Amino acid sequence: MKVAIITFPGSNCDYDCYKALKDVVGADPVFRWHRETELGEVDAVVLPGGFSYGDYLRAGAIARMSPIMETVADFARAGGPVLGICNGFQILCEAGLLPGALLHNESLRFTSRDAYVRVETSNTMFTSDYEKGQILRIPIANGEGNYHADKETLARLEGDGLIVFRYVTRDGRVTEDANPNGSAHNIAGIINEAGNVIGMMPHPERAVEEILGSTDGTGVFTSLLGHISTAGAR
Amino acid sequence: MSRFTVEVHVTPRPGLLDPQGKAVHHALNALGFEEVEDVRIGKAIYLDVEASTLEEARERAAEMCRKLLANPVTEDFEIA
Repeated sequence: MKVAIITFPGSNCDYDCYKALKDVVGADPVFRWHRETELGEVDAVVLPGGFSYGDYLRAGAIARMSPIMETVADFARAGGPVLGICNGFQILCEAGLLPGALLHNESLRFTSRDAYVRVETSNTMFTSDYEKGQILRIPIANGEGNYHADKETLARLEGDGLIVFRYVTRDGRVTEDANPNGSAHNIAGIINEAGNVIGMMPHPERAVEEILGSTDGTGVFTSLLGHISTAGAR
Repeated sequence: MSRFTVEVHVTPRPGLLDPQGKAVHHALNALGFEEVEDVRIGKAIYLDVEASTLEEARERAAEMCRKLLANPVTEDFEIA
């Protein structure tokens, strides 16, 4: 599986994603600089976390104007898998590839800690290696992770099963206390209707080895790898 | 063509949580400005624009707001 990791000025999780993809799941990641316009022959795209363009104007707002993003949008519209993590999620929302927006955390604080998230559906190419209802411990690190969308959009996300991850307590309950940033409906990750573009605030690439304290994020990458190998074999 | 300065205000949608405004509201109350009942914080953006008329410059600025300067999901804009 060849995966393009897009590096923007200010991306800082690109190498973490590279390591998770290469050393942990055995994929073949390549970096693509934001000024490039070609992805090359890749099976998937990762928009990593960080602070692209210093979060100027709004987190992700300038990054989505990068030359490479037009190519990424075409790739996504053609059904190519796109995984946006943290700042990558913000960029996908700004680019209109996912609905809603990420606002400042309700607490006003940058929150960097482990969070418990529940897998709401294993019926996606990014979560098929998990069980529905499985509880994962994955780090979050964001100042603008407060997912917001209008009522109609939230109802659609709920109704169509497009909420992929939700913040929960350690034992899996959706409570206000378990919500680290004020996200609507405790949303930690969503997917588009076509099922090929996912955005999530938690960092699965930071939870892929025992030495990191958790391996719960690995499933995101193995699920994707599994999906691509099956798709390729068809 | 002449040069016009267009002032744009971008503000969080009413009803939307504005954590910055909330923090400043608490700080003002703590300073004794108890009459303050609500604070909302937005941005002022000043654009120097080449255009034939002020009206044209303002129209272009509105287009810039729709495309980049404001997020339609969470913010309103106003050309001052």
